[in-house]
Amino acid sequence: MSLPDAEVLLQHMAQQLQPFITERSALVGMHTGGVWLAEKLHPLLDQGMPMGTLDVSFYRDDFGQAGLHPNIEPSSIPFDVEGRNIILLDDVLYTGRSVRAAMNELFDYGRPASIILAVLVDRGGRELPIAAQVVGVTLDLEAQQNIQLNRDEQGALTLSLHEKN
Amino acid sequence: MAFMSNNPQLNQDGELQHLLTIEGLNAGMLRHILDTAESFVGVSERDVKKVPLLRGKAIFNLFFEPSTRTRTTFEIAAKRLSADVFNLNISASSQSKGETVLDTVDNLAAMQADMFIVRHAQSGAAHFIARHVAPHIHVINAGDGRHAHPTQGLLDMFTIRHYKKEFHNLRVAIVGDVLHSRVARSQIHALTTLGVPEVRVIAPKTLLPAQVERMGVQVYHDMKQGLKDVDVVIMLRLQNERMRGALLPSAQEYFKSYGLTQDKLALAKPDAIVMHPGPMNRGVEIDSDVADGKQSVILPQVTFGIAVRMAVMSILAGN
Repeated sequence: MSLPDAEVLLQHMAQQLQPFITERSALVGMHTGGVWLAEKLHPLLDQGMPMGTLDVSFYRDDFGQAGLHPNIEPSSIPFDVEGRNIILLDDVLYTGRSVRAAMNELFDYGRPASIILAVLVDRGGRELPIAAQVVGVTLDLEAQQNIQLNRDEQGALTLSLHEKN
Repeated sequence: MAFMSNNPQLNQDGELQHLLTIEGLNAGMLRHILDTAESFVGVSERDVKKVPLLRGKAIFNLFFEPSTRTRTTFEIAAKRLSADVFNLNISASSQSKGETVLDTVDNLAAMQADMFIVRHAQSGAAHFIARHVAPHIHVINAGDGRHAHPTQGLLDMFTIRHYKKEFHNLRVAIVGDVLHSRVARSQIHALTTLGVPEVRVIAPKTLLPAQVERMGVQVYHDMKQGLKDVDVVIMLRLQNERMRGALLPSAQEYFKSYGLTQDKLALAKPDAIVMHPGPMNRGVEIDSDVADGKQSVILPQVTFGIAVRMAVMSILAGN
């Protein structure tokens, strides 16, 4: 199966995001892929828009089974969340559990006016009632397949597909 | 239990099950705790100073020896992780009625305890409890006798890294009553494990353990020589009873020789930081001008202690 070009999908996402942008908008990227997307989309949208990052490790629902993630990055929300129109960015939307965790974390910073979800890839397989408003591409993947966003040394983004062991 | 590890702190997968001492933990494990703590610092600065990680877990502060700050920072850390915390001052209750330590622990385990934070005047108390409890229960040593105080050692490392960024180029001096100090032992193990090339201890002979050099430190008896060009000065608390035990002539004499004043601090590097695990004896081991001075990071140590304890509790609970 040939995968779409992540950089092209990013341009599509930027166009789709335009109508959602208000003067109270803020971009929030979810570690790690969502942060890469936020860094690329920020100059394509509105340079003045505040930007933050979330690592949802402290809010995950699988802590009881999986324990704490070994590499946690600090979350950084350098603006007041209260009353904001948040654009939440993630690389791959699958079960929806990370997005739930991200929304829970965001509400501990304040009460946003709205949140929309923008993802590069929607691969189906939802386990929670969560949907993205902006989607780069929809792919129908099997459960044992794993799609991943990668960033090379020049900062170029590519998608790759792996079979789970 | 055939695969039980030799290190009583580790589970069968080699992960941290308990935190009893820094001795025997490798640099990777220490760095993992410090890195995780970095992510918890921001939580305490938010509107809602809480994450749901340990929601519904029952954590018991078992303090067989009185302590205000350590117990409080463990309690705050547990609450910011959404755990339920129970404070027990055992000296005032069960023990005076003759109950053994293990009976106390068994009773709390029967109340579905998930974690014990243990402070005890006897070295080895936390180990003793850790060996006894069921495998799903975690134990953190909050200070045992003269042996270890690992979370204090870790928060000191976090503080040093925060201000100095790296460990491999530092000269660190630990000043005062090393002999009776579990804090000093934990600091020395942590500093040498993390690759600090020069750790000095400065104290009169009566306040140093025999063969302290074997821990990988250089010994000084004179502040003027020992403080020269150091990056970090760690002052230890001098307990008043040491004066009565004929180890020292008087508090005034001690202050004259080993108390940290601005004059003595001037021998260290100009950007040296001053640390103290608390509670301080102003005018005995440290002058107020230094304790409140611009090189002092004594209060940030307390703040960082919360993030470090959150990291230790959540790493243990997840293993």
